Amino acid sequence: MAVEILLPALSPTMTEGTLARWLKKEGESVRAGDVIAEVETDKATMEIEAIDDGTLQSILIPEGTEGIPINTPIGVISEEDATSNLESNSSKSLPETELIRPVPASKITENVERNVENAETDHTVNVKGRILASPLAKKMASRENLDLASITGTGPKGRIVKEDILEAVNKSFGQPNLSEKAPMATMEKPQDAVVMDTPFHTTSNTNMRKVIAQRLAESKSTIPHFYMTVGIEVDKLLEIRTQFNNEEELSLSINDFFIRATALALKSLPAANVSWDPKETIYYERVDVAVAVAVPGGLLTPVIRDAGNKGLASISQEMKELAKKAKNGELLPEQYQGGTFSISNLGMYGVREFAAVINPPQAGILAIGASTEKPVVKNSAIAIATNVDCTLSCDHRVIDGATGAELLRVIKGLIENPLTMML
Amino acid sequence: MSTEEFDIVVIGGGPGGYVAAIRAAQLGLKTAVMEKEHLGGICLNWGCIPSKALLRSAEINNLMTRLDEFGFSADNVRFDAGTVVDRSRLIANKLSKGVQYLLKKNNVTVFMGVGKICAPGAVEVTTKKEKFTINAKDIVISTGAKPKLLSSAPDNDPNIWTYKEAMVPETIPGSIVVIGSGAIGVEFASFYRDMGSSVTLIESLGSILPVEDTEISSFVAETFAKSGITIHTSSTVKSIGSTNGVLSILVQRKDGTEICIEAEKAIVAIGITANVDGLGLENTKIQKVQGHIEVNQWMETAESHIYAIGDVAGPPWLAHKASHEAIMCIEKITGSPDIKQLDYKQIPGCTYCRPQVASLGLTEKKARETSKELKIGRFPFRGNGKAVALGEPEGLIKTIFDASTGELLGAHMVGPEVTELVQGFAIAMGLECTEEDLIRTIFPHPTLSEIMHESVLDAYDKAIHI
Repeated sequence: MAVEILLPALSPTMTEGTLARWLKKEGESVRAGDVIAEVETDKATMEIEAIDDGTLQSILIPEGTEGIPINTPIGVISEEDATSNLESNSSKSLPETELIRPVPASKITENVERNVENAETDHTVNVKGRILASPLAKKMASRENLDLASITGTGPKGRIVKEDILEAVNKSFGQPNLSEKAPMATMEKPQDAVVMDTPFHTTSNTNMRKVIAQRLAESKSTIPHFYMTVGIEVDKLLEIRTQFNNEEELSLSINDFFIRATALALKSLPAANVSWDPKETIYYERVDVAVAVAVPGGLLTPVIRDAGNKGLASISQEMKELAKKAKNGELLPEQYQGGTFSISNLGMYGVREFAAVINPPQAGILAIGASTEKPVVKNSAIAIATNVDCTLSCDHRVIDGATGAELLRVIKGLIENPLTMML
Repeated sequence: MSTEEFDIVVIGGGPGGYVAAIRAAQLGLKTAVMEKEHLGGICLNWGCIPSKALLRSAEINNLMTRLDEFGFSADNVRFDAGTVVDRSRLIANKLSKGVQYLLKKNNVTVFMGVGKICAPGAVEVTTKKEKFTINAKDIVISTGAKPKLLSSAPDNDPNIWTYKEAMVPETIPGSIVVIGSGAIGVEFASFYRDMGSSVTLIESLGSILPVEDTEISSFVAETFAKSGITIHTSSTVKSIGSTNGVLSILVQRKDGTEICIEAEKAIVAIGITANVDGLGLENTKIQKVQGHIEVNQWMETAESHIYAIGDVAGPPWLAHKASHEAIMCIEKITGSPDIKQLDYKQIPGCTYCRPQVASLGLTEKKARETSKELKIGRFPFRGNGKAVALGEPEGLIKTIFDASTGELLGAHMVGPEVTELVQGFAIAMGLECTEEDLIRTIFPHPTLSEIMHESVLDAYDKAIHI
């Protein structure tokens, strides 16, 4: 039996495509899974795979033809090597998804593959190529610049719903930014480095992993980092924290105080709340503190907006909500994108001090270590103080040593005299 | 009696339990349900349904006071409280029989008795006549809830009512104090006021109907005040005394001052508490949280093969929530494909006082807490032809959208028949309509539903009739 290969609709906006290349010649046998042609759409180059074994009987549309409307027959496959007449009637009754299987040439999104490989049970793309999505999902997808064709719907009949978009946004964390930026040197598979007899396995990198790799490699290779560390006594802070938590039924963490102190310090020191741009220096008129939160498979940096004008209680509450959302994969892009300065705290792991990598385009990050009791000399006597080492990483292109030191001094002052940050 | 074997046993035959039993039987499970008192539960026998029958009488009584407005005159219009109550009871009984028929039709075995879990998979049934054990692979607990009592009130005073006594008054009392202004409290306040009682409503929180959007609850408060109901918010009942059949209720107000209100009757409607006593939970790993049974999103308790649904599994205490949990729970047990967990943000709530209240999704206050930019629309019933023609021009529909996506976040309604309108917004929210879809939807003229449309239009500064 001979069946026509129809040009499939590979994205919701696709109305026509360009036949970029035939990978099989007329008369060549094809096996299920073989890529037979590449088609360029308005979005990407997609491969068309054969679903069943057979022979490419004839090519109807030559390579390089542009503006082919979807559902145009582009070739004919005869199944089971039988050379028979084109049974156009029966072939037309078959949906094109059964004849060919398009997959993206660049296999960035696994979803697309899942979508089309299981055409039998996947209703997201129905036979006419229309994508079922709720109005809200469509709107959110267009705002997030997501291609609906790359999303698997979980609603009724495979409809794409809000939840699916939120999940896709979280998965593709920062994806749109990736394409906007100059491509980084691609990470070669470290084949040579792998000692031949060391057993290993691989896992494909998530989008979050890729974004972290790209952003931080870019940061460390382009930003001239410099570091300065200061020890801060937190005894008074711990005292006042206990008092608040007992009397006001709050559950403030040391980190909440550091967020507030950093925000206040940046507010008073605009020269440190900045971003480097080759043409101009950007001075942020609001302090948005991004706080690193470890999540399975990576980290996210939810942002406390306008932290300079928020009290401890609201910072604490907001931070708890954001951290919870981050861990549950429920953060919205507007909750983790942006931020003018970052804080990373590894104190809970017992890390004494560490130097963090700046999260561009920001120009600074404060790394907070564990609080430890230390002997100190006070009034000519040895006393015990609880100390936290904080390391500030600065982008030297835009923040100089004196500015960085001043920022640390103000933060230290606020933390050591916590009443001053209540005002 | 020998031990009977079932695939599934449902304890409690209310709107959660009987629906669970029917669905289980439909899916081919050998099903039993036990009910200690009356099939259909509180909802059907002592709650939702009979109270609606009473409120219908109250509505008619209120209309009688306005006859001249509609061109009628009548002298000596009276009602008979006994007949009003009888009608309500008849309706409840009729519907309870309907549930009995549905269970029979679906081959569900009904035990009229109390169930107690003696071990996972085994339930002891105590009926009036006998005691026996039945075995089942899965057990669904749907025992509902009972009214919370006021600690400051004397026990067993015949003049202090819960909803149950308030549902079957022998006569309409001259004066009545309603303690608690949730849905149950305001419905009784509305009923008794429209039937002629002098009514005082006491609420410990800052506004009546405290879960509703503040604009809506103030609207109700103003309408109540106009109809003659006295409201004390931020007020708590310190004690209730009784002399010669007259109650004296000592109320402490927000400013610390105390007042004493005398009344013939008091209704305690300060909330409900889950029915977990005597269920045998101690024989299982089931955990309780704030008095109700702790469940996960699929209604599974900490003990495998035991589930809890409806009021006994926690708020919101709504029959439709119980029924939906029932179906989801059963379909999860049978492994039905494509089941979805309930979206608790999309459960509409209805209160049938006069004016009616219906709401869905986030209140404005809650929506503001999401820190999303909002679009808020309002449209008064006064601007709607049908409302004016009905002689019911008092009401408001408020809609709240996420400005960036057009997502409908909340809808809040007060006015005649809004309880029948809210499902329109529930469908829109469920289908994830944006404001554009709602704006394009053609609402028929002349209907009250046009107010919904205009409210959406108003959120986007496109309202026509205002």
